[in-house]
Amino acid sequence: MSNIYDKIKAIVPEVTIEENGLSMVVVPSEKMPIVASYLSEKESFDSLVALIGNDWGDSLGVVYIIDSTATNERVVLKTSTTDKENPMLYSVVNVWQSADLNEREVYDFYGIRFIGHPDMRRIFLREDWEGYPLRKDYDMSPEANPVPQTNEYNADTTISLQEQPDGTIKEEERVVFAPEDYVVNIGPQHPATHGVMRFRTAIEGETIKKIDPICGYIHRGVEKLAEGLTYPQTLHFTDRLDYLSAHQNRHALCMCIEEAMGIEVPERAKYIRTIMDELSRIGSHLLLYSTLCMDLGSITAFIYGFRDRDKILDIFDDTCGGRLIMNYNKIGGVMADIHPEFVTKVKNFIKYMPKGLAEYHALFSGNIIARNRMEGVGVLSKEDAIKFGIFGPTGRASGWANDVRKLEPYGVYDKVDFEQVVLTEGDTYARYMIRLKEIEQSMHIIEQLIDNIPEGDYAAKTKPIIKLPEGNFFKRVEGARGAFGVYIESKGDKTPYRMKFVSQGLNLIGAVDHITRDSKIADLIAIGGSLDYVIPDIDR
Amino acid sequence: MEVKVDLKSMKHENFKDNEYIEQLVKELREGGTNVVVGVLDDVINWGRSNSLWPLTFATSCCGIEFMSVGAASNDMARFGFEVTRASPRQADFIMVAGTIVHKMAPVLKRLYDQMASPKYVIAVGGCAISGGPFKNSYHVVKGVNEIIPVDVYIPGCPPRPEAMLYGMMQLQRKVKLERFFGGVNKKEKRPEQDK
Repeated sequence: MSNIYDKIKAIVPEVTIEENGLSMVVVPSEKMPIVASYLSEKESFDSLVALIGNDWGDSLGVVYIIDSTATNERVVLKTSTTDKENPMLYSVVNVWQSADLNEREVYDFYGIRFIGHPDMRRIFLREDWEGYPLRKDYDMSPEANPVPQTNEYNADTTISLQEQPDGTIKEEERVVFAPEDYVVNIGPQHPATHGVMRFRTAIEGETIKKIDPICGYIHRGVEKLAEGLTYPQTLHFTDRLDYLSAHQNRHALCMCIEEAMGIEVPERAKYIRTIMDELSRIGSHLLLYSTLCMDLGSITAFIYGFRDRDKILDIFDDTCGGRLIMNYNKIGGVMADIHPEFVTKVKNFIKYMPKGLAEYHALFSGNIIARNRMEGVGVLSKEDAIKFGIFGPTGRASGWANDVRKLEPYGVYDKVDFEQVVLTEGDTYARYMIRLKEIEQSMHIIEQLIDNIPEGDYAAKTKPIIKLPEGNFFKRVEGARGAFGVYIESKGDKTPYRMKFVSQGLNLIGAVDHITRDSKIADLIAIGGSLDYVIPDIDR
Repeated sequence: MEVKVDLKSMKHENFKDNEYIEQLVKELREGGTNVVVGVLDDVINWGRSNSLWPLTFATSCCGIEFMSVGAASNDMARFGFEVTRASPRQADFIMVAGTIVHKMAPVLKRLYDQMASPKYVIAVGGCAISGGPFKNSYHVVKGVNEIIPVDVYIPGCPPRPEAMLYGMMQLQRKVKLERFFGGVNKKEKRPEQDK
């Protein structure tokens, strides 16, 4: 860290460093473009992990967490502006493409406009929304923004702020869809969009010319709600973000809080958490198999997938008391000890599952119609995967080894032997196959752990009132469809000052336009199914 | 259900006096013909209640459990909820499975308006009933009954598949007790512009 700090200091002498949990390099806002292009071009910091807006009372700003895929180094930048009337910062979208939707999110929540961003529209809230909800002085009364009675209007043009050579900022109008474009609306209520995602799709014949994704149909304002709740109360939101990787999400938040407080988690809890994470990964991948196949016309596969997924849900049901939303992890460990039959049931499942997988391959993987619809469709190259920040199985299907379980081992992943599955084709078929291969690896992990769960406590003792020390904390886990991150900024209270959930799926949506460009409109269904986004996780 | 007949030329008691029909049925039976006598409403409601088709509508977690209800181990087709329909024109009821937010509210209203009458609404889970854990949010509708009328509420977060089946069977009970002719088949008013 100090090394890279010295290098940045040599380029821009004005930077300072803030050591408070995370080491942050504070960059003056006008120097941000220089630092960003230096980091990406000279130092190979090519992966933007998180872009977090914040309101510090007297200033508004953004925190960037950037990784290098070559050296696995991490640098955290912070920049801010004191102008609260008309806040403007420089965009980094030309350096890190994945900043695109993230900067629109910051504009939506805080009203910060980014100079150089091609498309400054709101992303989650309606265009006629009043105010910026995550600002600390936002008017929360329901009268300010009542439930809308009218249908939504979407403008076909957008605003882009461009800096002129003389230093002034000029608003330029950009066209999203020209009047001659034939625009078809897919979603928000469409059986093949896997939730309430909406794509405005310009088509020419059957060929997709452009997709404009519109999010926010399940935006629940979780991050603002979390600011008013104590840490144990915030836990239950994580299960409801990406409900298919509920255990992993909650694991991330618990670990972030535990790390900040310095709680040592008992070994037994770590084993249980890791087994639960892998079980929910299998469950999530089975759901992908079921729904992708159903979208491509194979209802039998849906029935098979759900039959096997229900076996996992029964195991969860015994121990956690819930099937889909388990509320099982807590700060310091897990809520309750495992059920007496847990080990037997998991072993039976592992014995059973290979038979199921063989059935899946016989039913669908080798099917000529399925292969024709998936092979070579929606190809995403490795460079583009890194550029768009596509983590998780989708990125690994394009050849980018990005597994957080390997890069930053947590739980007991450092004690087990497993292979990080990486495929190179990057097409829909690779994204489908990698899920089935990951199921095998997950079972391999569980096999190594299930007989060795150590005796002891299942949770560490914590104080009745949980307070985090002042500072910034960030923790990532490998969710079922990407890296899920939790960023907490604490002022030493029992409630967080800012809690940001780094979504697994937002970057996937950012890449949909790129992946589907010039494909057939029917391929959008196959590509969307294989990307496996969960909308509440994107909208939060 | 007792149906109150509303005719100008005949009193209700006289309408109920069906001696000549009973006589006719008796004669027919004696002659060897099999006759069943019943109320037409009951027959129609028996058919309607056992083929209620839901609209594929889900916003979040509850939707995944609803998929489980349709899959192998729970199989809602056993009770007549044969298949989910993707088009509101073909659906009998809408399962509001998940949180409804401000941006979604007009969309949900529009979907409900597009459904053909008689139509029903089931609110599934805490969010659809009252906003659930997100009640205090700036962007969440505090219960779908603010937008559309609800027939059955199924509590839970998310409700188990068994609970969903129970709730859907309560809707069947409700349908069985309705008056069809002159009742729910005429319930919907014509929109203004059609007049």
